[in-house]
Amino acid sequence: MRVNFTVNGRRQEADDVWEGESLLYVLRERLGLPGSKNACEQGECGSCTVRLDGVPVCSCLVAAGQVEGREVVTVEGLADFAKQRAEHSGHGGACATGACGGTSLQDARSWTAKGTDSQTGEGTELSPIQQAFIDAGAVQCGFCTPGLLVAADELLEHNASPTDADIREALSGNLCRCTGYEKILDAVRLAAARQGEAV
Amino acid sequence: MDFLRPAGWEEALAAKAEHPTAVPIAGGTDIMVEINFDHRRPEYLLDLNRITELSEWEVGEESVRLGASVPYTRIMENLRTELPGLALASHTVASPQIRNRGGVGGNLGTASPAGDAHPALLAAGAEVEVESVRGTRLIPIDEFYTGVKRNALAPDELIRAVHIRKADGPQQYSKVGTRNAMVIAVCAFGIALHPETRTVRTGIGSAAPTPVRAEAAEEFLNAALAEGGFWDSGKIITPSIAKQFAELASGACNPIDDVRGTARYRRHAVGIMARRTLGWTWEQYRGSGRTLEGAA
Repeated sequence: MRVNFTVNGRRQEADDVWEGESLLYVLRERLGLPGSKNACEQGECGSCTVRLDGVPVCSCLVAAGQVEGREVVTVEGLADFAKQRAEHSGHGGACATGACGGTSLQDARSWTAKGTDSQTGEGTELSPIQQAFIDAGAVQCGFCTPGLLVAADELLEHNASPTDADIREALSGNLCRCTGYEKILDAVRLAAARQGEAV
Repeated sequence: MDFLRPAGWEEALAAKAEHPTAVPIAGGTDIMVEINFDHRRPEYLLDLNRITELSEWEVGEESVRLGASVPYTRIMENLRTELPGLALASHTVASPQIRNRGGVGGNLGTASPAGDAHPALLAAGAEVEVESVRGTRLIPIDEFYTGVKRNALAPDELIRAVHIRKADGPQQYSKVGTRNAMVIAVCAFGIALHPETRTVRTGIGSAAPTPVRAEAAEEFLNAALAEGGFWDSGKIITPSIAKQFAELASGACNPIDDVRGTARYRRHAVGIMARRTLGWTWEQYRGSGRTLEGAA
């Protein structure tokens, strides 16, 4: 079957989609967006977290056919998403019409946190949460990072100054096997503090 | 496999009548796992996401009519006053991502003995509204679970909503697991005090082939509370009554040994949860002013 939906602000079309296929598979294998990670395929690890109509979900548990006509934001579009949200005074970065630009599939595919020089992140536009993860050393092997970024970004969207309990709760569906979570918590606190300063 | 995408409820019922083997998918948090792991290849998937009324709820005089697909997140955020037990149970479901998608209709459809909503529904008192092209019927929650992952639905029926009695007293919910998030219950216990009828109702999860009420424990407690004048006096429940209630709750279990825990442990833990949750709700009933948050 064919599935039409919006990915990172742009209309996309996926063809030859199998009826039992997950949104995660469509994103990775059909649209060439491997940012959302495939690990547990049962909603346990959160590595595949994306926004579906603004709501964080495990894309491995959304059937492809269910996203017809709906809006998805993946980690590849997170920087643009956050930028638009900032420009539109903090409320929902998503743009239904596509008039806000969004991220083209080409740009999303080639999106990288690697900078033009030796400093990771330097010279590239990152969302505040992405920058905070780098600055706080919250990335180790990096596999869980995309899911954590999407989940943490959504937390800071609706809760500008989360308590530690709020952060733990918001990230409770995302597993990291490297960091012991402390640096990740630091990163979210850092992003929240910077967000507070900016206002 | 065919993917059926009805635009409305009537269309969904017609599709289910035409294809009784069609598996409904709403949040997908159960069925997609089975498909991803190749455990199940349904002939038809019946997507219910476009049926907006399934994600809505109405608060009535006596009960809340909760649409089958209302996500757990919404229940936690919006129905804490009317359905405190279910709101607490909802908060123990998996993770934010899962709670954003999953709902009570799916829990009932899957009818796993470990489903988190069941003990709260049993304790509060509920009826499941199911519908087919033949008509609508209300199934009392006590008659809904018919076996391990089996329920009273006919092949052409879909779950439209659950009618849950609004709380008329304190409710609590307790769940045993190895961590706070992302766990399937080792066992769970729900309790609801109903001061209006001076009764107590319970629900046990993951400790029998189906979710069950601890009926002998309820009967004992109802009699003991009436006899001792506890509802009027609001005095502390005697330890011997609480102990007997716990033992009878434990006795209502018919658990198995599995990877999550042993039958012996489950019986023991259900007794402990019964005693504790009775204590918490009774404290709330006595109006001690202490804030009592349900422990997950």
